[in-house]
Amino acid sequence: MTLADWLAGVIFVALNTYAVLGGADFGGGVWDLLALGPRRERQRELIADAIGPVWEANHVWLILAIVLLFTCFPPAFARLGTLLHIPLALVLIGIVLRGSAFTFWRYGADEAQHYWGVVFAIASLITPLLLGTTAGAIASGALGDRGPMSGDGFYGTYVAPWLNPFALSVGLFALVAFAFLAAVYLTLEARERELQEDFRRRALASGVGVFLAAVVALLLSLTGAPRVRDGLIFATWALPLHLLTAAAAITALAALWVRRWRVARGAAVTQVSLILWGWALSQYPDILPPDLSIASAAAPAATLRLVLGALALGGLVLLPSLFYLFRVFKGSVRLT
Amino acid sequence: MSDLLAARSQMAVSLAFHIVFAVIGIAMPLMMVLAERRWQVTGHAIYLDLAKRWAKGTAILFAVGAVSGTVLSFELGLLWPRFMELAGAIIGMPFSLEGFAFFTEAIFLGIYLYGWERVSRRAHLWAGVAVAVSGAASGIFVVIANAWMNAPAGFELVNGQAVNVDPVAAMANAAAVSQTLHMTLAAYAATGFAVAGVHAVLLLKDPANAFHRRALEIALIVGAPAAVLQPISGDLSARHIAAHQPVKLAAAEAVFRTQAGAPLTLGGWPDAAARETRFAVRVPYALSLLAFHDPQAVVRGLDQVPESEWPNVRAVHFSFDLMVAAGTYLALVALWTGWLAWRRADLARNRWLMRAVALATPLGFVAAEAGWMVTELGRQPWVIYGVLKTADAVTPMPGLMVPFLTFTLLYCCLGVIVVWLLYRHIIRSPAVPEWRGFYMPGGGTRDTGGAS
Repeated sequence: MTLADWLAGVIFVALNTYAVLGGADFGGGVWDLLALGPRRERQRELIADAIGPVWEANHVWLILAIVLLFTCFPPAFARLGTLLHIPLALVLIGIVLRGSAFTFWRYGADEAQHYWGVVFAIASLITPLLLGTTAGAIASGALGDRGPMSGDGFYGTYVAPWLNPFALSVGLFALVAFAFLAAVYLTLEARERELQEDFRRRALASGVGVFLAAVVALLLSLTGAPRVRDGLIFATWALPLHLLTAAAAITALAALWVRRWRVARGAAVTQVSLILWGWALSQYPDILPPDLSIASAAAPAATLRLVLGALALGGLVLLPSLFYLFRVFKGSVRLT
Repeated sequence: MSDLLAARSQMAVSLAFHIVFAVIGIAMPLMMVLAERRWQVTGHAIYLDLAKRWAKGTAILFAVGAVSGTVLSFELGLLWPRFMELAGAIIGMPFSLEGFAFFTEAIFLGIYLYGWERVSRRAHLWAGVAVAVSGAASGIFVVIANAWMNAPAGFELVNGQAVNVDPVAAMANAAAVSQTLHMTLAAYAATGFAVAGVHAVLLLKDPANAFHRRALEIALIVGAPAAVLQPISGDLSARHIAAHQPVKLAAAEAVFRTQAGAPLTLGGWPDAAARETRFAVRVPYALSLLAFHDPQAVVRGLDQVPESEWPNVRAVHFSFDLMVAAGTYLALVALWTGWLAWRRADLARNRWLMRAVALATPLGFVAAEAGWMVTELGRQPWVIYGVLKTADAVTPMPGLMVPFLTFTLLYCCLGVIVVWLLYRHIIRSPAVPEWRGFYMPGGGTRDTGGAS
């Protein structure tokens, strides 16, 4: 492992953490949109209470990943920004609307409140879909180097890489996976038995949805993303990884079935993380397949060493603070 | 509108929007912590009410600041990929540090906002302190990155590639100290006077309202010292750009011809074609004196570089004068306030002072925005001064007018909503008029919480 590999790993850890923490905050918005039945308002309250104290901190994992990417792998960031301008701009609009609507909704306390809830929920649906789509575009290897004279035209250069069945299927997978995580977490947040059961049913349903979405994405990868296909099906590490992921998925669903909430949470996080690392392994050593490798995109060693030092020092401040935050707000909850 | 102009406009709108929230995010937590501390020391419930209101304001503004900051970090790549490709490795370091500072801020803001009943009083106050300190730190890191664009350091350019990259030297660039100092003071002065101004307006109607009196006091404690120190830091900045960014100074002062004993040009209408500024007031020798502390010093004019490398002289000169005028006004009001406070006068009942403070409400933000216009427009046509031109940094994607208009519309809507929310929930007098008439001379003890 080179220095650049380590930093690429750190960036992926930040993305992984964003997916399981920030992703669940998006998922909470999805369940807000789908709030149904007699306990609809209580479901919404629970979601907002669960997200409130932590979602700003959860959001920063994405920013951390972005600044580390442009510091350590500037050419990769430049190419992403150029070729994925459209979906990333849409993601930004989603993030802006979602973040501000959530706060206006929580602090509004007036007649417009209902609309903020709707904006928050719809933005929570669209943003993860597009985030997943950009991940799909990267994995598919459509972001190869193209000069100004590539002859692909506007559509071929700026739209086709992400507006295709495989990339969109990854977007769908991200959406379902985030909703699944959120539902699993909410079983632990609920203070009433009935709410807990509401989210148990949702977790079970979306858990099955995660499986289906993963199968669809894998099938589409056969033609849409050869690198992913070769990695996830034919590589030596593929089988053990699939077995582990399947074990985690089954554990999560079984634990939900028998109401072992903490086990379910651990297994769900493991499952989603393993799928993400499967993607990472399938495209290693490339940062942007097919032609930009981690080594060729890396910043000079002086920068990488300094960033690694800063990460270590920053971690000393950050990790205890995060631990404190989650201990204060996510400690054990008693049912009433 | 060309794609380059659309990209520049989108970046300008994004920055101008974000700066307002960034500035408030630096100073508002300090005010909130001061109010909470006073509540803990004096036991007056009025301070707790104040701390909670300011915390609510901080929450709303922080959320908008966080998302608009996210937009900017992505826009660096969406609009200026070639800039980031060259600069990322050199100047990404302060952005990474800013990431950590922002992380700390978000964590402790969560604890502060939602932890009133969950953590001890001492821990709660310290969470507020952590928010205030990390907010200031993240502002400083981002301004260091901007300072590098004005005074690039820590690399050598060989065939368009950066070699011998030294991120520490890049952070320690020549503009870093003067710019970070100027911006941090600006944040405290602008926010302090904006909050003080709003409460001054309300005190003009209701001078006995203890809630607004206490709010005014804390806001002025934060804003006034910064406003007084700001001209000194401005002098530091001016001397820096005189030495290191002479074209920016020449544009700010509309100096077309290099000359010794240069006068200070106030106002007027710079005419780049005729190379003169009409209708301006000129103070003899003052520019040489201010920029070099020597009345005979030579000030380099715009004639030192070809006209193709001139910034928009009219816009830079106008912005500069606007910044200086607004900043001077704040400094004078701050001095007047300090004098009256020293004489132990009742500030809230001094109607002329309250009018002057009320007039200052927007001026700190006007000065901050105008200052950023000077530093950004004054650097054009360069994005990295002397290294990379803005036109060479822009994305090759066509149709940039569309994202520009979309984000502008988005920010306009957000701006209106935020102002409306702040008015409804933070600024208005408390619904229960319990603080009415509870003026506490010398920190008296009559307010025991709605006993009227």
